Amino acid sequence: MAAIGYSITFYLLSRLIEGKRKSTDRLVTILVTSAFGLAVVPLVSLAWTVIERGAARFDVEFFTFSMRNVVGAGGGAYHAIVGTLQITGLATLISVPIGIMTAIYLVEYARGPLARAVTFFVDVMTGIPSIVAGLFAYAAFVLVFGPGVRMGIGGAVALSVLMIPVVIRATEEMLKIVPNELREASYALGVPKWLTVTKVVLPTALAGIATGVMIAIARIIGETAPLLIIAGFTASTNFNPFDERMMTLPVFVYTSYSNQGADAQTYIDRAWTGALVLMLIVMLLNLFARLVSKFFSPKG
Amino acid sequence: MSMRIELSSLNVYYGSFLAVEDINMVVEPNSITAFIGPSGCGKSTLIRTLNRMHEVIPGAYVKGTLTMNGEDIYSPSVDPVKVRRQVGMVFQRPNPFPTMTIKENVLSGYRLNNSKLSKSDAEAIAEKALKGANLWNEVKDRLDKPGSSLSGGQQQRLCIARAIAVEPDVILMDEPTSALDPISTAAIEDLAIELKEKFTVVIVTHNMQQASRISDMTAFFTIADTGLPGKLIEYDKTDIIFSNPKQKQTEDYVSGRFG
Repeated sequence: MAAIGYSITFYLLSRLIEGKRKSTDRLVTILVTSAFGLAVVPLVSLAWTVIERGAARFDVEFFTFSMRNVVGAGGGAYHAIVGTLQITGLATLISVPIGIMTAIYLVEYARGPLARAVTFFVDVMTGIPSIVAGLFAYAAFVLVFGPGVRMGIGGAVALSVLMIPVVIRATEEMLKIVPNELREASYALGVPKWLTVTKVVLPTALAGIATGVMIAIARIIGETAPLLIIAGFTASTNFNPFDERMMTLPVFVYTSYSNQGADAQTYIDRAWTGALVLMLIVMLLNLFARLVSKFFSPKG
Repeated sequence: MSMRIELSSLNVYYGSFLAVEDINMVVEPNSITAFIGPSGCGKSTLIRTLNRMHEVIPGAYVKGTLTMNGEDIYSPSVDPVKVRRQVGMVFQRPNPFPTMTIKENVLSGYRLNNSKLSKSDAEAIAEKALKGANLWNEVKDRLDKPGSSLSGGQQQRLCIARAIAVEPDVILMDEPTSALDPISTAAIEDLAIELKEKFTVVIVTHNMQQASRISDMTAFFTIADTGLPGKLIEYDKTDIIFSNPKQKQTEDYVSGRFG
Protein backbone atom coordinates (compact mmCIF):
# COMPACT_ATOMS: atom_id res chain seq x y z
CA MET A 1 0.00 0.00 0.00
CA ALA A 2 2.77 2.34 0.98
CA ALA A 3 4.53 1.60 -2.29
CA ILE A 4 1.42 2.34 -4.34
CA GLY A 5 0.81 5.56 -2.42
CA TYR A 6 4.43 6.52 -2.89
CA SER A 7 4.27 5.88 -6.64
CA ILE A 8 1.14 7.94 -7.12
CA THR A 9 2.39 10.86 -5.03
CA PHE A 10 5.74 10.75 -6.76
CA TYR A 11 4.08 10.68 -10.18
CA LEU A 12 1.80 13.62 -9.39
CA LEU A 13 4.59 15.66 -7.85
CA SER A 14 6.84 14.97 -10.79
CA ARG A 15 4.03 15.87 -13.18
CA LEU A 16 3.49 19.21 -11.45
CA ILE A 17 7.15 20.10 -11.27
CA GLU A 18 8.82 18.46 -14.26
CA GLY A 19 6.06 18.18 -16.86
CA LYS A 20 4.31 15.31 -18.65
CA ARG A 21 7.18 13.65 -20.49
CA LYS A 22 9.45 13.34 -17.45
CA SER A 23 6.63 12.20 -15.17
CA THR A 24 5.57 9.45 -17.59
CA ASP A 25 9.15 8.30 -17.71
CA ARG A 26 9.29 8.16 -13.91
CA LEU A 27 5.97 6.30 -13.69
CA VAL A 28 7.09 3.61 -16.12
CA THR A 29 10.45 3.28 -14.34
CA ILE A 30 8.63 2.78 -11.02
CA LEU A 31 6.28 0.20 -12.57
CA VAL A 32 9.06 -1.81 -14.19
CA THR A 33 11.24 -1.75 -11.09
CA SER A 34 8.43 -2.84 -8.78
CA ALA A 35 7.45 -5.65 -11.17
CA PHE A 36 11.02 -6.87 -10.95
CA GLY A 37 10.94 -6.57 -7.18
CA LEU A 38 7.72 -8.57 -7.00
CA ALA A 39 9.22 -11.30 -9.14
CA VAL A 40 12.32 -11.55 -6.97
CA VAL A 41 10.54 -11.68 -3.60
CA PRO A 42 9.32 -15.31 -3.80
CA LEU A 43 12.62 -16.41 -5.30
CA VAL A 44 14.72 -14.93 -2.50
CA SER A 45 12.27 -16.09 0.13
CA LEU A 46 12.34 -19.66 -1.27
CA ALA A 47 16.12 -19.81 -1.52
CA TRP A 48 16.47 -18.40 1.98
CA THR A 49 13.99 -20.81 3.57
CA VAL A 50 15.57 -23.83 1.91
CA ILE A 51 19.08 -22.81 2.92
CA GLU A 52 18.04 -21.97 6.48
CA ARG A 53 16.14 -25.17 7.14
CA GLY A 54 18.33 -27.39 5.00
CA ALA A 55 21.51 -26.32 6.81
CA ALA A 56 20.57 -28.37 9.89
CA ARG A 57 21.41 -31.70 8.26
CA PHE A 58 23.85 -30.44 5.62
CA ASP A 59 26.62 -32.64 6.98
CA VAL A 60 28.97 -35.43 5.93
CA GLU A 61 26.59 -38.13 7.10
CA PHE A 62 23.88 -36.84 4.77
CA PHE A 63 26.13 -37.38 1.76
CA THR A 64 27.61 -40.71 2.84
CA PHE A 65 24.76 -42.68 4.42
CA SER A 66 21.59 -44.11 2.97
CA MET A 67 18.39 -44.61 4.95
CA ARG A 68 18.96 -48.34 5.34
CA ASN A 69 18.11 -49.45 8.89
CA VAL A 70 17.73 -45.85 9.98
CA VAL A 71 14.84 -45.02 12.24
CA GLY A 72 14.80 -41.61 13.83
CA ALA A 73 17.88 -39.38 13.74
CA GLY A 74 20.89 -39.76 11.44
CA GLY A 75 20.88 -41.37 8.00
CA GLY A 76 21.34 -39.55 4.72
CA ALA A 77 20.41 -39.24 1.08
CA TYR A 78 23.42 -40.96 -0.46
CA HIS A 79 21.12 -43.50 -2.14
CA ALA A 80 18.87 -40.74 -3.47
CA ILE A 81 21.76 -38.64 -4.80
CA VAL A 82 23.19 -41.69 -6.59
CA GLY A 83 19.76 -42.47 -8.03
CA THR A 84 19.06 -38.92 -9.17
CA LEU A 85 22.44 -38.60 -10.85
CA GLN A 86 22.12 -41.99 -12.58
CA ILE A 87 18.53 -41.57 -13.73
CA THR A 88 19.06 -37.98 -14.89
CA GLY A 89 22.30 -38.96 -16.60
CA LEU A 90 20.62 -41.83 -18.43
CA ALA A 91 17.70 -39.60 -19.42
CA THR A 92 20.21 -37.08 -20.82
CA LEU A 93 22.03 -39.84 -22.72
CA ILE A 94 18.74 -40.89 -24.31
CA SER A 95 17.32 -37.42 -24.96
CA VAL A 96 20.27 -35.40 -26.23
CA PRO A 97 21.10 -37.48 -29.35
CA ILE A 98 17.44 -37.93 -30.26
CA GLY A 99 16.64 -34.28 -29.57
CA ILE A 100 19.60 -32.81 -31.46
CA MET A 101 19.13 -35.09 -34.46
CA THR A 102 15.43 -34.31 -34.65
CA ALA A 103 16.21 -30.60 -34.53
CA ILE A 104 18.81 -31.01 -37.31
CA TYR A 105 16.22 -32.86 -39.37
CA LEU A 106 13.63 -30.15 -38.80
CA VAL A 107 15.92 -27.21 -39.58
CA GLU A 108 18.23 -28.57 -42.26
CA TYR A 109 16.31 -31.27 -44.10
CA ALA A 110 12.57 -31.34 -43.48
CA ARG A 111 10.16 -29.88 -46.00
CA GLY A 112 6.38 -29.92 -46.27
CA PRO A 113 3.69 -31.72 -44.27
CA LEU A 114 5.95 -34.20 -42.44
CA ALA A 115 8.02 -31.36 -40.97
CA ARG A 116 4.88 -29.55 -39.87
CA ALA A 117 3.54 -32.74 -38.30
CA VAL A 118 6.78 -33.34 -36.36
CA THR A 119 6.83 -29.73 -35.14
CA PHE A 120 3.20 -30.05 -34.07
CA PHE A 121 3.82 -33.23 -32.09
CA VAL A 122 6.90 -31.75 -30.46
CA ASP A 123 4.72 -28.88 -29.28
CA VAL A 124 2.16 -31.35 -27.97
CA MET A 125 4.88 -33.34 -26.19
CA THR A 126 6.10 -30.17 -24.45
CA GLY A 127 2.74 -29.99 -22.73
CA ILE A 128 2.52 -33.63 -21.54
CA PRO A 129 1.88 -33.73 -17.77
CA SER A 130 4.78 -35.47 -16.05
CA ILE A 131 2.49 -38.05 -14.42
CA VAL A 132 1.38 -39.15 -17.89
CA ALA A 133 5.01 -39.62 -18.90
CA GLY A 134 5.49 -41.77 -15.80
CA LEU A 135 2.44 -43.87 -16.58
CA PHE A 136 3.60 -44.26 -20.17
CA ALA A 137 7.00 -45.56 -19.08
CA TYR A 138 5.39 -47.82 -16.48
CA ALA A 139 2.94 -49.25 -19.03
CA ALA A 140 5.75 -49.85 -21.52
CA PHE A 141 7.88 -51.68 -18.93
CA VAL A 142 4.93 -53.72 -17.68
CA LEU A 143 4.44 -55.01 -21.21
CA VAL A 144 7.97 -56.43 -21.14
CA PHE A 145 8.63 -57.29 -17.49
CA GLY A 146 5.15 -57.88 -16.10
CA PRO A 147 3.14 -55.93 -13.51
CA GLY A 148 4.77 -54.30 -10.50
CA VAL A 149 8.03 -53.60 -12.29
CA ARG A 150 10.33 -50.98 -10.72
CA MET A 151 13.53 -49.92 -12.44
CA GLY A 152 15.76 -46.89 -12.57
CA ILE A 153 15.95 -47.06 -16.35
CA GLY A 154 12.16 -46.78 -16.45
CA GLY A 155 12.49 -43.46 -14.66
CA ALA A 156 15.07 -42.39 -17.22
CA VAL A 157 12.66 -43.27 -20.05
CA ALA A 158 9.84 -41.33 -18.40
CA LEU A 159 12.10 -38.30 -17.93
CA SER A 160 13.29 -38.58 -21.55
CA VAL A 161 9.71 -38.23 -22.72
CA LEU A 162 9.65 -34.91 -20.89
CA MET A 163 13.15 -33.87 -21.88
CA ILE A 164 13.25 -34.64 -25.61
CA PRO A 165 10.80 -31.89 -26.69
CA VAL A 166 12.69 -29.31 -24.61
CA VAL A 167 15.99 -30.30 -26.23
CA ILE A 168 14.43 -30.24 -29.71
CA ARG A 169 12.95 -26.79 -29.21
CA ALA A 170 16.15 -25.29 -27.79
CA THR A 171 18.37 -26.82 -30.48
CA GLU A 172 15.97 -25.84 -33.25
CA GLU A 173 16.05 -22.20 -32.18
CA MET A 174 19.85 -22.24 -32.04
CA LEU A 175 20.23 -23.85 -35.47
CA LYS A 176 17.81 -21.35 -36.97
CA ILE A 177 19.93 -18.39 -35.93
CA VAL A 178 23.08 -19.77 -37.60
CA PRO A 179 23.36 -17.41 -40.59
CA ASN A 180 22.56 -18.99 -43.93
CA GLU A 181 25.67 -17.30 -45.37
CA LEU A 182 27.83 -19.74 -43.44
CA ARG A 183 26.05 -22.71 -45.01
CA GLU A 184 26.44 -21.14 -48.45
CA ALA A 185 30.12 -20.40 -47.81
CA SER A 186 30.62 -24.04 -46.95
CA TYR A 187 28.66 -25.35 -49.96
CA ALA A 188 30.62 -23.03 -52.22
CA LEU A 189 33.84 -24.67 -51.02
CA GLY A 190 32.53 -28.00 -52.28
CA VAL A 191 31.62 -29.32 -48.84
CA PRO A 192 28.73 -31.82 -48.85
CA LYS A 193 25.63 -31.02 -46.84
CA TRP A 194 26.19 -33.50 -44.02
CA LEU A 195 29.71 -32.19 -43.42
CA THR A 196 28.40 -28.63 -43.54
CA VAL A 197 25.90 -29.51 -40.84
CA THR A 198 28.36 -31.37 -38.61
CA LYS A 199 31.39 -29.13 -39.04
CA VAL A 200 30.00 -25.65 -39.64
CA VAL A 201 26.42 -25.38 -38.37
CA LEU A 202 26.70 -27.48 -35.18
CA PRO A 203 29.96 -25.93 -33.90
CA THR A 204 28.56 -22.45 -34.50
CA ALA A 205 25.43 -23.30 -32.51
CA LEU A 206 27.18 -25.46 -29.89
CA ALA A 207 27.21 -22.94 -27.05
CA GLY A 208 23.49 -22.33 -27.36
CA ILE A 209 22.72 -26.04 -27.65
CA ALA A 210 24.75 -26.79 -24.50
CA THR A 211 22.81 -24.14 -22.59
CA GLY A 212 19.54 -25.58 -23.90
CA VAL A 213 20.50 -29.09 -22.77
CA MET A 214 21.38 -27.81 -19.29
CA ILE A 215 18.03 -26.05 -19.04
CA ALA A 216 16.32 -29.28 -20.09
CA ILE A 217 18.22 -31.21 -17.39
CA ALA A 218 17.27 -28.63 -14.80
CA ARG A 219 13.67 -29.01 -15.93
CA ILE A 220 13.56 -32.80 -15.33
CA ILE A 221 15.90 -33.29 -12.37
CA GLY A 222 13.20 -32.15 -9.95
CA GLU A 223 10.42 -34.35 -11.36
CA THR A 224 8.74 -36.43 -8.67
CA ALA A 225 5.54 -37.97 -9.96
CA PRO A 226 6.89 -40.20 -12.79
CA LEU A 227 9.74 -41.45 -10.60
CA LEU A 228 7.35 -42.30 -7.80
CA ILE A 229 5.54 -44.61 -10.21
CA ILE A 230 8.33 -46.31 -12.08
CA ALA A 231 11.56 -45.92 -10.06
CA GLY A 232 9.79 -46.39 -6.76
CA PHE A 233 10.95 -45.91 -3.21
CA THR A 234 13.74 -47.59 -1.31
CA ALA A 235 15.88 -46.95 1.74
CA SER A 236 18.98 -48.65 0.34
CA THR A 237 21.56 -47.70 -2.22
CA ASN A 238 21.10 -49.28 -5.64
CA PHE A 239 23.77 -48.77 -8.28
CA ASN A 240 22.06 -50.83 -10.97
CA PRO A 241 19.42 -48.88 -12.89
CA PHE A 242 18.32 -52.07 -14.68
CA ASP A 243 17.28 -53.93 -11.56
CA GLU A 244 14.93 -53.12 -8.70
CA ARG A 245 13.86 -49.87 -7.08
CA MET A 246 15.96 -46.77 -7.16
CA MET A 247 15.64 -43.76 -4.87
CA THR A 248 15.83 -40.21 -6.19
CA LEU A 249 16.11 -36.87 -4.44
CA PRO A 250 12.63 -35.52 -5.24
CA VAL A 251 11.07 -38.81 -4.07
CA PHE A 252 13.32 -38.70 -0.99
CA VAL A 253 12.06 -35.23 -0.14
CA TYR A 254 8.47 -36.24 -0.77
CA THR A 255 8.54 -39.45 1.30
CA SER A 256 10.55 -37.90 4.14
CA TYR A 257 7.88 -35.29 4.47
CA SER A 258 4.79 -37.41 3.86
CA ASN A 259 5.79 -40.47 5.94
CA GLN A 260 7.29 -38.94 9.03
CA GLY A 261 8.42 -41.38 11.69
CA ALA A 262 8.16 -41.18 15.45
CA ASP A 263 10.79 -38.44 15.63
CA ALA A 264 9.09 -36.21 13.06
CA GLN A 265 11.60 -33.36 13.17
CA THR A 266 14.52 -35.51 11.90
CA TYR A 267 12.44 -36.53 8.85
CA ILE A 268 11.50 -32.93 8.14
CA ASP A 269 15.12 -31.82 8.49
CA ARG A 270 16.20 -34.49 6.01
CA ALA A 271 13.51 -33.36 3.56
CA TRP A 272 14.76 -29.76 3.67
CA THR A 273 18.36 -30.81 3.19
CA GLY A 274 17.29 -33.01 0.25
CA ALA A 275 15.64 -29.98 -1.33
CA LEU A 276 18.76 -27.92 -0.70
CA VAL A 277 20.99 -30.54 -2.37
CA LEU A 278 18.66 -30.66 -5.37
CA MET A 279 18.86 -26.89 -5.71
CA LEU A 280 22.64 -26.96 -5.44
CA ILE A 281 22.88 -29.61 -8.19
CA VAL A 282 20.74 -27.45 -10.49
CA MET A 283 22.87 -24.42 -9.66
CA LEU A 284 26.09 -26.31 -10.41
CA LEU A 285 24.64 -27.47 -13.72
CA ASN A 286 23.80 -23.87 -14.59
CA LEU A 287 27.31 -22.73 -13.73
CA PHE A 288 28.69 -25.55 -15.86
CA ALA A 289 26.44 -24.45 -18.75
CA ARG A 290 27.78 -20.90 -18.43
CA LEU A 291 31.33 -22.19 -18.64
CA VAL A 292 30.50 -24.36 -21.65
CA SER A 293 28.89 -21.51 -23.54
CA LYS A 294 31.82 -19.27 -22.64
CA PHE A 295 34.37 -21.69 -24.02
CA PHE A 296 32.49 -22.77 -27.13
CA SER A 297 30.78 -19.60 -28.30
CA PRO A 298 32.21 -18.06 -31.51
CA LYS A 299 34.93 -15.60 -30.59
CA GLY A 300 35.58 -12.09 -31.77
CA MET B 1 44.15 -24.27 -64.87
CA SER B 2 41.78 -21.64 -66.11
CA MET B 3 38.52 -22.68 -67.74
CA ARG B 4 36.39 -21.64 -70.66
CA ILE B 5 32.69 -21.51 -69.77
CA GLU B 6 29.99 -21.82 -72.39
CA LEU B 7 26.32 -21.16 -71.71
CA SER B 8 23.84 -22.09 -74.40
CA SER B 9 20.08 -21.46 -74.28
CA LEU B 10 20.27 -21.46 -70.49
CA ASN B 11 17.00 -20.86 -68.63
CA VAL B 12 17.02 -20.51 -64.86
CA TYR B 13 13.93 -21.21 -62.79
CA TYR B 14 12.74 -20.74 -59.21
CA GLY B 15 9.92 -23.29 -59.16
CA SER B 16 7.63 -22.27 -61.98
CA PHE B 17 9.07 -18.76 -62.15
CA LEU B 18 11.48 -18.19 -65.01
CA ALA B 19 14.13 -15.85 -63.55
CA VAL B 20 16.64 -15.70 -66.40
CA GLU B 21 15.78 -16.50 -70.00
CA ASP B 22 17.79 -17.91 -72.87
CA ILE B 23 21.38 -16.97 -72.08
CA ASN B 24 24.01 -17.67 -74.72
CA MET B 25 27.52 -16.56 -73.93
CA VAL B 26 31.12 -17.69 -73.69
CA VAL B 27 33.32 -16.71 -70.75
CA GLU B 28 36.96 -16.74 -71.81
CA PRO B 29 39.68 -18.19 -69.58
CA ASN B 30 42.19 -15.87 -67.91
CA SER B 31 39.90 -12.90 -68.17
CA ILE B 32 37.59 -10.94 -65.94
CA THR B 33 33.98 -10.95 -67.05
CA ALA B 34 31.66 -8.46 -65.40
CA PHE B 35 27.89 -8.87 -65.13
CA ILE B 36 26.12 -5.52 -64.86
CA GLY B 37 22.48 -4.51 -64.84
CA PRO B 38 19.74 -3.17 -62.59
CA SER B 39 18.70 -4.97 -59.38
CA GLY B 40 16.55 -8.02 -59.94
CA CYS B 41 17.73 -8.61 -63.51
CA GLY B 42 19.07 -12.06 -62.63
CA LYS B 43 22.82 -11.48 -62.68
CA SER B 44 23.31 -12.93 -59.19
CA THR B 45 21.01 -15.81 -60.10
CA LEU B 46 23.03 -16.48 -63.22
CA ILE B 47 26.41 -16.38 -61.46
CA ARG B 48 25.09 -18.89 -58.93
CA THR B 49 24.27 -21.32 -61.72
CA LEU B 50 27.95 -21.39 -62.68
CA ASN B 51 28.86 -23.40 -59.57
CA ARG B 52 25.45 -25.03 -59.08
CA MET B 53 24.82 -22.99 -55.93
CA HIS B 54 21.51 -22.00 -57.50
CA GLU B 55 19.96 -25.37 -56.76
CA VAL B 56 20.63 -25.05 -53.01
CA ILE B 57 17.41 -23.01 -52.92
CA PRO B 58 14.43 -25.40 -52.75
CA GLY B 59 12.58 -25.68 -56.07
CA ALA B 60 15.29 -23.98 -58.12
CA TYR B 61 16.56 -25.61 -61.31
CA VAL B 62 18.18 -24.93 -64.67
CA LYS B 63 17.39 -25.87 -68.27
CA GLY B 64 19.86 -25.67 -71.14
CA THR B 65 23.54 -26.50 -71.16
CA LEU B 66 26.47 -25.05 -69.30
CA THR B 67 29.87 -26.48 -70.15
CA MET B 68 33.28 -25.90 -68.62
CA ASN B 69 36.12 -26.85 -70.95
CA GLY B 70 33.57 -28.82 -72.92
CA GLU B 71 32.18 -30.80 -69.98
CA ASP B 72 28.51 -30.31 -69.18
CA ILE B 73 28.38 -29.51 -65.45
CA TYR B 74 24.63 -30.13 -65.33
CA SER B 75 24.77 -33.65 -66.74
CA PRO B 76 23.16 -36.12 -64.32
CA SER B 77 26.44 -37.94 -63.70
CA VAL B 78 28.11 -34.81 -62.35
CA ASP B 79 28.14 -34.31 -58.58
CA PRO B 80 27.39 -30.64 -57.74
CA VAL B 81 29.82 -30.91 -54.84
CA LYS B 82 32.65 -31.65 -57.28
CA VAL B 83 31.67 -28.67 -59.44
CA ARG B 84 31.86 -26.37 -56.43
CA ARG B 85 35.38 -27.59 -55.68
CA GLN B 86 36.42 -26.39 -59.14
CA VAL B 87 34.51 -23.14 -59.01
CA GLY B 88 35.20 -20.95 -55.99
CA MET B 89 32.83 -18.25 -54.87
CA VAL B 90 33.06 -14.99 -52.93
CA PHE B 91 29.86 -13.51 -51.58
CA GLN B 92 28.48 -10.03 -51.19
CA ARG B 93 28.97 -9.92 -47.45
CA PRO B 94 32.19 -11.32 -45.98
CA ASN B 95 31.31 -14.61 -44.29
CA PRO B 96 34.31 -16.13 -42.52
CA PHE B 97 33.46 -19.07 -40.26
CA PRO B 98 33.06 -17.58 -36.77
CA THR B 99 34.26 -20.68 -34.95
CA MET B 100 37.57 -20.80 -36.82
CA THR B 101 40.83 -18.89 -36.64
CA ILE B 102 42.25 -16.99 -39.62
CA LYS B 103 44.39 -19.96 -40.58
CA GLU B 104 41.58 -22.48 -40.13
CA ASN B 105 39.36 -20.31 -42.31
CA VAL B 106 41.93 -20.35 -45.12
CA LEU B 107 42.28 -24.12 -44.82
CA SER B 108 38.55 -24.73 -44.34
CA GLY B 109 38.13 -26.04 -47.88
CA TYR B 110 40.42 -28.93 -46.92
CA ARG B 111 39.49 -29.33 -43.26
CA LEU B 112 35.73 -29.36 -43.80
CA ASN B 113 36.16 -32.07 -46.42
CA ASN B 114 38.21 -34.17 -44.00
CA SER B 115 41.30 -33.98 -46.23
CA LYS B 116 44.44 -34.85 -44.36
CA LEU B 117 47.14 -32.21 -44.62
CA SER B 118 50.59 -32.49 -43.13
CA LYS B 119 51.51 -29.57 -40.91
CA SER B 120 54.09 -28.21 -43.36
CA ASP B 121 51.68 -28.51 -46.30
CA ALA B 122 49.00 -26.70 -44.31
CA GLU B 123 51.44 -23.88 -43.48
CA ALA B 124 52.50 -23.61 -47.11
CA ILE B 125 48.96 -23.60 -48.48
CA ALA B 126 47.80 -21.01 -45.95
CA GLU B 127 50.75 -18.74 -46.68
CA LYS B 128 50.34 -19.05 -50.45
CA ALA B 129 46.59 -18.36 -50.35
CA LEU B 130 46.96 -15.41 -47.99
CA LYS B 131 49.73 -13.98 -50.15
CA GLY B 132 47.52 -14.54 -53.18
CA ALA B 133 44.78 -12.56 -51.46
CA ASN B 134 47.22 -9.75 -50.47
CA LEU B 135 46.48 -10.41 -46.83
CA TRP B 136 49.63 -12.17 -45.65
CA ASN B 137 51.50 -9.09 -44.39
CA GLU B 138 48.52 -7.91 -42.38
CA VAL B 139 47.75 -11.19 -40.62
CA LYS B 140 50.97 -13.24 -40.55
CA ASP B 141 51.50 -12.49 -36.84
CA ARG B 142 47.98 -13.37 -35.77
CA LEU B 143 47.01 -16.45 -37.74
CA ASP B 144 45.50 -18.01 -34.63
CA LYS B 145 43.15 -15.12 -33.92
CA PRO B 146 39.47 -15.55 -34.86
CA GLY B 147 38.64 -14.66 -38.47
CA SER B 148 35.90 -12.34 -37.30
CA SER B 149 38.48 -10.12 -35.54
CA LEU B 150 39.52 -8.66 -38.93
CA SER B 151 38.06 -5.56 -40.55
CA GLY B 152 35.37 -5.95 -43.22
CA GLY B 153 37.79 -5.52 -46.12
CA GLN B 154 40.27 -7.94 -44.56
CA GLN B 155 37.48 -10.45 -43.95
CA GLN B 156 36.51 -10.27 -47.61
CA ARG B 157 40.13 -10.90 -48.66
CA LEU B 158 40.16 -13.77 -46.15
CA CYS B 159 37.15 -15.20 -47.96
CA ILE B 160 39.01 -14.83 -51.25
CA ALA B 161 42.03 -16.60 -49.71
CA ARG B 162 39.71 -19.36 -48.56
CA ALA B 163 38.32 -19.70 -52.08
CA ILE B 164 41.70 -19.78 -53.84
CA ALA B 165 43.33 -22.08 -51.25
CA VAL B 166 41.61 -25.11 -52.76
CA GLU B 167 43.02 -24.13 -56.19
CA PRO B 168 39.82 -23.88 -58.20
CA ASP B 169 39.71 -23.08 -61.93
CA VAL B 170 37.10 -20.36 -61.77
CA ILE B 171 36.44 -17.65 -59.18
CA LEU B 172 32.96 -16.17 -58.96
CA MET B 173 32.45 -12.89 -57.12
CA ASP B 174 28.94 -11.75 -56.33
CA GLU B 175 29.19 -8.00 -55.61
CA PRO B 176 32.33 -8.56 -53.52
CA THR B 177 32.90 -4.89 -52.71
CA SER B 178 29.38 -3.58 -52.18
CA ALA B 179 29.77 -3.75 -48.38
CA LEU B 180 33.29 -2.29 -48.33
CA ASP B 181 34.91 1.14 -48.13
CA PRO B 182 36.80 2.61 -51.17
CA ILE B 183 40.26 1.57 -49.91
CA SER B 184 39.27 -2.03 -49.32
CA THR B 185 37.46 -1.96 -52.66
CA ALA B 186 40.65 -0.86 -54.41
CA ALA B 187 42.53 -3.70 -52.71
CA ILE B 188 39.97 -6.26 -53.92
CA GLU B 189 40.00 -4.81 -57.45
CA ASP B 190 43.80 -5.05 -57.67
CA LEU B 191 43.52 -8.58 -56.39
CA ALA B 192 40.93 -9.50 -59.03
CA ILE B 193 43.30 -8.31 -61.76
CA GLU B 194 46.08 -10.49 -60.32
CA LEU B 195 43.75 -13.46 -60.00
CA LYS B 196 42.92 -13.55 -63.71
CA GLU B 197 46.47 -14.70 -64.47
CA LYS B 198 45.57 -18.04 -62.96
CA PHE B 199 41.79 -18.21 -62.89
CA THR B 200 38.72 -17.38 -64.90
CA VAL B 201 37.10 -14.57 -62.95
CA VAL B 202 33.41 -13.67 -63.15
CA ILE B 203 32.23 -10.68 -61.13
CA VAL B 204 28.78 -9.27 -60.52
CA THR B 205 28.83 -5.56 -59.77
CA HIS B 206 26.50 -2.60 -59.43
CA ASN B 207 29.41 -0.26 -59.81
CA MET B 208 29.96 0.56 -63.48
CA GLN B 209 33.27 2.29 -62.83
CA GLN B 210 34.40 -0.92 -61.24
CA ALA B 211 33.32 -2.97 -64.25
CA SER B 212 35.10 -0.59 -66.63
CA ARG B 213 38.25 -0.50 -64.46
CA ILE B 214 38.87 -4.20 -64.06
CA SER B 215 36.94 -6.31 -66.55
CA ASP B 216 37.90 -7.50 -70.02
CA MET B 217 34.39 -8.45 -71.06
CA THR B 218 31.09 -7.03 -69.86
CA ALA B 219 27.62 -8.54 -70.03
CA PHE B 220 24.63 -6.26 -69.61
CA PHE B 221 21.39 -7.77 -68.30
CA THR B 222 18.01 -6.23 -67.75
CA ILE B 223 14.36 -7.04 -67.18
CA ALA B 224 11.48 -5.53 -69.10
CA ASP B 225 9.32 -5.42 -65.98
CA THR B 226 9.04 -7.07 -62.55
CA GLY B 227 7.80 -10.65 -62.86
CA LEU B 228 9.34 -11.02 -66.31
CA PRO B 229 12.56 -12.97 -66.80
CA GLY B 230 15.94 -11.25 -66.96
CA LYS B 231 17.67 -11.23 -70.34
CA LEU B 232 21.16 -10.77 -71.66
CA ILE B 233 21.00 -7.60 -73.75
CA GLU B 234 24.57 -7.19 -74.83
CA TYR B 235 27.86 -8.97 -74.26
CA ASP B 236 31.08 -7.58 -75.63
CA LYS B 237 34.53 -6.25 -74.82
CA THR B 238 34.30 -3.86 -71.88
CA ASP B 239 35.56 -0.80 -73.80
CA ILE B 240 32.96 -1.36 -76.50
CA ILE B 241 30.14 -1.73 -73.96
CA PHE B 242 31.13 1.49 -72.25
CA SER B 243 32.10 3.60 -75.27
CA ASN B 244 30.22 2.30 -78.25
CA PRO B 245 27.45 -0.17 -77.35
CA LYS B 246 25.29 -1.56 -80.13
CA GLN B 247 22.08 -1.60 -78.13
CA LYS B 248 20.20 1.54 -77.12
CA GLN B 249 19.31 0.00 -73.69
CA THR B 250 22.96 -0.64 -72.88
CA GLU B 251 23.91 2.88 -73.83
CA ASP B 252 21.14 4.31 -71.66
CA TYR B 253 22.22 2.18 -68.70
CA VAL B 254 25.97 2.79 -68.84
CA SER B 255 25.51 6.49 -69.40
CA GLY B 256 23.23 6.65 -66.36
CA ARG B 257 20.04 7.56 -68.18
CA PHE B 258 18.14 4.58 -66.80
CA GLY B 259 18.35 1.90 -64.14
